[in-house]
Amino acid sequence: MGRRFLDRFLRPVLMRLVQPLLVALIVGALGFALMAVLPGDQAFRLAAARYGPDMGDAAAAALVRQELGLDRPWAVQFLDWVGRLVRLDLGHSLVTGEPVLQELTMQLGYTLALAGVALPLSALLGLPLGLLAGLQPGGPVDRIMLGLSVLLRAVPAYALGLCLVTVFSIHFGWLPPAGFEGWREFVLPALTLALGLAALSARVARDSVAVVAASPFMAFARWKGLPERAVVLRHGLRNAAIPVIALLGLQLVGLVEGLVIVESLFSWPGIGHALVHAIFARDVPVVQGTALALGLIFVLVNALVDLACALIDPRRARAET
Amino acid sequence: MFRRSLGILGTAALLARPALGHAPTAARRPGERVLRVVAPFEFAGPDPARSGHVFARMGVGEMLLGADPEGRPVPMLAECWSTSPDGLLHRFVLRPGVRFHDGSPLTAEAAAASLRHAHAAASPLSRVPVAAIEATSDAVLIRLSRPFAPLPAVLANYASMILAPAAYDEAGRVRAVIGTGPFRVERFSPPLQLDVERFEGWWGPRPAIGRASYLVVSQGEARATMAESGHADLTMALQPVTVARLRRSPRLEVLTVPVPRTRILKLNAASLYFADQRVRHALSLAVDRQGIATALLRNPAMAADQLFPPTLQGWHLPAPPPRRDLGMARTLLAEAGWRPGPDGILVDAERRRFACRCTTYINWPELPPIATALQAQFREIGIDMSVVIGNSSDIPRGHRDGTLEMALMARNYALVPDPLVTLLQDFRPGGGDWGAMGWSDAALDAALHALSAPEGDPAAARQRAAGILREALPVIPIAWSELGVAISRDLAGVTVDPYETSYRLHDIAWAR
Repeated sequence: MGRRFLDRFLRPVLMRLVQPLLVALIVGALGFALMAVLPGDQAFRLAAARYGPDMGDAAAAALVRQELGLDRPWAVQFLDWVGRLVRLDLGHSLVTGEPVLQELTMQLGYTLALAGVALPLSALLGLPLGLLAGLQPGGPVDRIMLGLSVLLRAVPAYALGLCLVTVFSIHFGWLPPAGFEGWREFVLPALTLALGLAALSARVARDSVAVVAASPFMAFARWKGLPERAVVLRHGLRNAAIPVIALLGLQLVGLVEGLVIVESLFSWPGIGHALVHAIFARDVPVVQGTALALGLIFVLVNALVDLACALIDPRRARAET
Repeated sequence: MFRRSLGILGTAALLARPALGHAPTAARRPGERVLRVVAPFEFAGPDPARSGHVFARMGVGEMLLGADPEGRPVPMLAECWSTSPDGLLHRFVLRPGVRFHDGSPLTAEAAAASLRHAHAAASPLSRVPVAAIEATSDAVLIRLSRPFAPLPAVLANYASMILAPAAYDEAGRVRAVIGTGPFRVERFSPPLQLDVERFEGWWGPRPAIGRASYLVVSQGEARATMAESGHADLTMALQPVTVARLRRSPRLEVLTVPVPRTRILKLNAASLYFADQRVRHALSLAVDRQGIATALLRNPAMAADQLFPPTLQGWHLPAPPPRRDLGMARTLLAEAGWRPGPDGILVDAERRRFACRCTTYINWPELPPIATALQAQFREIGIDMSVVIGNSSDIPRGHRDGTLEMALMARNYALVPDPLVTLLQDFRPGGGDWGAMGWSDAALDAALHALSAPEGDPAAARQRAAGILREALPVIPIAWSELGVAISRDLAGVTVDPYETSYRLHDIAWAR
């Protein structure tokens, strides 16, 4: 009995708890190692990022090296980071001198706000269109959607963002091309992210709906006399949703990739923008902190996706026991 | 289910909003119009040595001295100053009645403490031979170990900003920006935004502008669009390609002001290629400065026939217009032993090809295109130059480890308003990170040191130094710079500081 309890409940929970710890260690070590193998001298890079090109010279680099103890062995610096991580201290940014945790909190706020608008927007755009296309595979809606999806996936976020700026900022003058003060500033970066994501989710939703629509249980639901609305809502959507939810989780990968580009393009002070700058400046604690935050978000989202799928599809939970 | 997942995401978005830290500032005090400055320069943390350029430009922090349009020191927090006859003791008498933004008074001890902090940081003051910084009841005393005449100009640099004692923590690090300027920090969100509001306790006349914001937009095209669409009131550092378009906008006035920043080609004079002065001259003769200035910078007047632009009076030499002479360049190269090889690329007597590497960086977006223009122009005289685009720190690093061959860079000769301070760094014996490399000239050294001593004829020494640099060409000047500024017609009283030390927000008013 005790053994079964352990297998069934405790182990998955423990696994979920160990996962973030492993992710933290691996991400931190990777961030450290990658920064170490990049070309360029860290002290010179930091001096340039701190003081600008005009004041970033060898004397400034020497001061930076001395202040931060950059001539200590890499292993010592890494163990230092691990030691602080255990105490939940992510250290200070080597460029600004501010605590990494404080900077991360602010940047993560901006990024989550942007993602929080972009993801629902992509779902609003992509899923109903995918549903429509999937109900009539090969129909005109399906064909148009296929063309649009291919186009939007093929265009990089950078070019898509510039196109949107050209149309909505320059041509019509409706929306600002940069800034982060009010809802107007959200529209263009969120739309840039959302269009790329919607292109993919529309296709997955379409395929998923098409498979379900052609399945015997849908036909059976109709034979037994259920009204079409009930057929689609109760049997169709629920079954089609499983791969789509899983995809929404996966899209987070694409979202992060898009965020790095979109935040830089639209001067958005989020985590992607910070990551790019930290890599250029060799600001190792910020790179590690940012990667850590992103890694933990992945773990969290994966857990939520698994949970959601189990809720939609009770067969999974049963099959696992 | 979709509806439920949408609900979760929507809640996430709502939860994320408060994490932005502050409500949008415009919502807090409706009716108070915000002057929006948009510029490409990011800032890092509250330390003046790192971000002082933004605090000074936005009128948050002040220094003991400022600079007039000719770069001469003028009173700011110091009312007057004097130097002992031996040039070793400088005394700066503080303006009475000045208060910091936290209400505390400006004391000589507070000013001295800020300057000691600047002296320990990577700042121009750290390069000055300071023996001690002391405070009397009403003045700051700076003792030098040897004379350094341009000290007042160093104190006008943003890194020498005076902050309140409460701005520093126990370890001496800057924790908050508490200055004395006409505006105080309302919200500080590095690296992209700074909001300021009028400081009613400022010692000068009350500014007409109540609130202003500084927003970093790194893309030049985005800045232009913000100016054009009315999302920015003061847009700095316009790119040459956007200036003509913005001039047509009825909403904007566009000003271009020459600034003392020169794009130069740094040469490793210790290398096989550039040790011979004739080769350096040949390179200079091969540069089509007019073409570069016209096509890439949209202003032929930016063609630089010498290091110092006409605005740096005293340093600029009366000179004929720049000319290109490929025939002369080839002759000089032949005299130096370089003759065309089978593929047209020059080779020396030992059959070594003239193939060199030019390093540049992207902080100034015009540098990579200028580098590729030079690549094509040098090809015409048989030089095979490859272009490496990297980080600005590659140049000081390459200088130090000797691997740098050539570098295209933009150098500001008035970051400290007296160019002498920068020149002493860049052209000291053996060279400087952002100046000469593997090159020394005793006469230049003597001229520069004569200028830092309290006696002598500065005008003649400046001309002598500029003449030596033009003759010996340790660095080849390519193009001067100008600052393009788009000003909303809603603003009145905007003037542009060629030293970029201040946006002079306290002089600006709303025109409508």
